[in-house]
Amino acid sequence: MSSLEGLPAWAALPVSLLLIIGGCIIVTGALGLMRLPTFYQRIHGPAITITLGAGSVLIASMIYFTAQQSRLVIHEVIITLFVLLTAPVVSMMIMRAAVYRDLRGRKHDSGANAGGVYRFLDEDD
Amino acid sequence: MKRWLPFPLVSVLLLLFWLLINQAIDPAQILLGTCLAVIVPLIAQPLQPLGYPRLRRPITLFRLLVMASVEVVRSCFNVGRIIYFVKADRINSQFIRIPLDLRDPYGLAVLAGLINMTPGTVWVEILGDRHELALHVFDLHDAQWWVDTIKRRYERPLIEIFE
Repeated sequence: MSSLEGLPAWAALPVSLLLIIGGCIIVTGALGLMRLPTFYQRIHGPAITITLGAGSVLIASMIYFTAQQSRLVIHEVIITLFVLLTAPVVSMMIMRAAVYRDLRGRKHDSGANAGGVYRFLDEDD
Repeated sequence: MKRWLPFPLVSVLLLLFWLLINQAIDPAQILLGTCLAVIVPLIAQPLQPLGYPRLRRPITLFRLLVMASVEVVRSCFNVGRIIYFVKADRINSQFIRIPLDLRDPYGLAVLAGLINMTPGTVWVEILGDRHELALHVFDLHDAQWWVDTIKRRYERPLIEIFE
């Protein structure tokens, strides 16, 4: 951590603030993943980790390395872009797989039929 | 030209990506990046039969993206609040149906990306028979509000942009 001491105050302040905020958000997401009861609720917890949490940490990283190396370091933008491009696709695939798994397995306590959009086959007749 | 560079814009972006990842502009990296920029679109071409999307209104697209980013931050705090302060058995998670008028595949892809990026909502699929979107909402209070919001704030700009 000795390199943080050489950092000017204008960079050290936002970097530490963003890291603290990002850490809190990531813990919140993980907590949601841990304590929410059904799969369909748990999928919403990590969504805040990958957007705001990862976002704050990446911005902090950009400011830190820009100040430390005295040149513009912005290749974190690529990480942001890749995360934002892949995460929605993944969550859609997982969600769909879960819905069809629960419908076929007739798991009535899974929450797959909440709202009446999807119904278990044996309820139709 | 068309045969070797089917998507010139994608090739330029790939080259820029490569240089940005390596953080270097020396000739060797430019050569390697150019090779990638030519080869990758050629390999990926069969996966992309639709060609470039037509973007009609760049300003509307920009405004939509700004609005969506604000919405992402706002819903982050909403979801965080629910995780901390609402008892797990009081959270009303439900699937809802939203009838869609948007047909353009690129428009639907952008809509799916924006909805899934926003915490608290996950796009499940489009139900084929009536072109309805099945959406999972983390804490549902008013289904009609969600239908109106998605149709007015997301779908209408996307129809203007892509159709």
